[in-house]
Amino acid sequence: MSVVAFKTGNEAIAEAWRQINPDVVAAYPITPSTTIMQAFTEMVANGEVDTEMICVESEHSAMSACVGAAATGGRVMTATSAQGLALMVEILYIASGMRLPILLALATRALSAPLNIHGDHSDAMLMRDSGWVEIFSENVQEAYDNMLQAVRIAEHPNVRLPVCVCLDGMQTSHQLENLVVEDDAAVKEFIGEFTPYHPLVDTDHPVTYGACSVSFGEDFYFEAKRQQIEAFDHALRVVQEIGKEFGERFGRHYGLFEEYRLEDAEYAIVMAGANSGTAKDVIDELRDEGKKVGLLKIRLFRPWPWQQLRDALKGLKGIAVFDRSSPAGSIGAPFFNEIRSALYGVENPPVVLNFIYGLGGRQLMPEHIRHAVEQTQLATLTGVNGELVGYLNIRE
Amino acid sequence: MAVAEVATKKQELNLRKIAYEQDKEAIAPGHKLCPGCGITVIMRQLFAAVDYPIIVANATGCLEVCSGNLPYTSWRVPWIHNAFENAAATASGIEAMIKALKRKGKLPADKPIKVLAIGGDGGTYDIGFQALSGAMERGHEMVYLCFDNQGYMNTGGQRSSSTPFGASTHTTPVGSVIPGKMQERKDICFILAAHHIPYVAQCSPSRWPDFARKIRKAFEANGPAFVNCLSVCPTDWGTEPQKGLVITQMAVETCYWPLYEVDRGVWRITYKPKQKLPVTEWLANQKRFRHLLRPENKWMVERIQAELDRRWEQLLALERATGGTGEA
Repeated sequence: MSVVAFKTGNEAIAEAWRQINPDVVAAYPITPSTTIMQAFTEMVANGEVDTEMICVESEHSAMSACVGAAATGGRVMTATSAQGLALMVEILYIASGMRLPILLALATRALSAPLNIHGDHSDAMLMRDSGWVEIFSENVQEAYDNMLQAVRIAEHPNVRLPVCVCLDGMQTSHQLENLVVEDDAAVKEFIGEFTPYHPLVDTDHPVTYGACSVSFGEDFYFEAKRQQIEAFDHALRVVQEIGKEFGERFGRHYGLFEEYRLEDAEYAIVMAGANSGTAKDVIDELRDEGKKVGLLKIRLFRPWPWQQLRDALKGLKGIAVFDRSSPAGSIGAPFFNEIRSALYGVENPPVVLNFIYGLGGRQLMPEHIRHAVEQTQLATLTGVNGELVGYLNIRE
Repeated sequence: MAVAEVATKKQELNLRKIAYEQDKEAIAPGHKLCPGCGITVIMRQLFAAVDYPIIVANATGCLEVCSGNLPYTSWRVPWIHNAFENAAATASGIEAMIKALKRKGKLPADKPIKVLAIGGDGGTYDIGFQALSGAMERGHEMVYLCFDNQGYMNTGGQRSSSTPFGASTHTTPVGSVIPGKMQERKDICFILAAHHIPYVAQCSPSRWPDFARKIRKAFEANGPAFVNCLSVCPTDWGTEPQKGLVITQMAVETCYWPLYEVDRGVWRITYKPKQKLPVTEWLANQKRFRHLLRPENKWMVERIQAELDRRWEQLLALERATGGTGEA
């Protein structure tokens, strides 16, 4: 039977891990993800799981041990944030290149410098080309639900890619919310048994993982990369299937993204993560004022469901894309870039503006969201005369 | 049971296996290592010494790039290459997974699967040092073998912290002002011994039975074990390929490369030359040391000899102090 508990996002992730009972967890403490591994090591110490816990000496070794463990044949997880993820980056690409279904909980945090332990999405953007499936969560419940679905997505025979579940550092990772914890047996049934695929541990059938591919004329590097892209195409379908199945079983439905009052909207906010809740409140107020504004909440960032996003956004007049990462030297930040790119070629394309918010944990208040919507409305009337990119709640 | 007890049984190296059963060896012929490379000799000796099912985690380096080349592989045992600096961390994950699968009943509890991490001196002394130290401290049951060819040979022969004082490498070239590498070699076995792991050994493929015995003890250590093995690099040492083992043995006979072990805290020198040869016998016949034999560099040879003598005496003292002078 499911129960309602009062949990932080990190506790919710640990609760999901308890139910999944992974074979190996290798992790290293870093704020704000630390309490995931703290809560989990307590479960290990109390025998609530029979996971082999490796308290490694760095995040680089955390991901390296995950690769070794996953290739040996079993369920493997880790958690990190910001600098920890940056240290893992080399091995993130190796994990996906070897097609190992490793799961990562990323309590998102600003990257140094200056050092900052609060939430933004700069770490999630750092890994966006690493070959991992990336799923954003709005709140504690979604963090838990996404973690459970991630097991199925990663291990799907047509996918076999590592999956990262993002929850906003401090906001979701540390704030208490009501969490529906599903019944242990129901979760066990949903995630199913792990099916090994060419495991190292099968010493009677030796396999080689991680061979190089450098010989000119007979290298297969390009083909291996092409196959990873194919796996992403499968992942797009599988994420939808698993989301649907999860909804049917547990009553909370998940798609590629969430549409909130978007159906008849003229203007949209596009956003991912914890601040989407505030955006929904602002939209409710704007609707009461007669303004047709809706939200498209990004859930699946990798693979990027650009065709579905294009179809959902193409009839709008204006779109305010909210990015919680720096656009350093680019035409706006990643969500903005990719939304604009998805809309390329549609007839009467919407005006799309980029609003950077919340870097290093800077608060995003309802008035900032209102301001962004007003700016977008204005731009649809006057044309984009000024900057494409604006900064919310910044000292300038 | 102490490691020493396990291995005191008279165990002959299985020469038949090496000579006649190539088709069953862990590494198949056809790899791309240089002629005369010490690594292949070491690996063949290692796998001839033990019969366990072994999973290998191999750091980036000469062995890795030359033995697994997609879509081909030389490996007849399960093998993984992750990156340069993380063989020990990768092996930690492998060992942890084996433990977990056994605990959960997904793998027979009595299946004696062993984990072997392999790295060159670059992947061990330098870039992989943190991962190695971490894995040893955590007590993962694995054997970490370092094939020490005293430099970054896979990238064309640059200095590492294992490169000896005076050696010429592509990043410590002999110039008109600086005559080669100006720093002493790091002593990795001492550092590993300071981790107080069950077993640490230094060996040479030129003394096969000694190497085989140490490898067996390492695999029976019931905890982390570290084995450092001198590995001739004809390409970057500038040695004749057919003379590799003779040259390697000179490192042993001059006490430049002492053969010893640290068995649960007891230091034991496993080979003491009857007559300690002068270090010039080791320096000769290697192009990387050629400049040292010039008259103006006499001070360098003297310094090398003095440092070698100091380290050898230190080792003898450690052996006496820990009671290692008795029978192994």
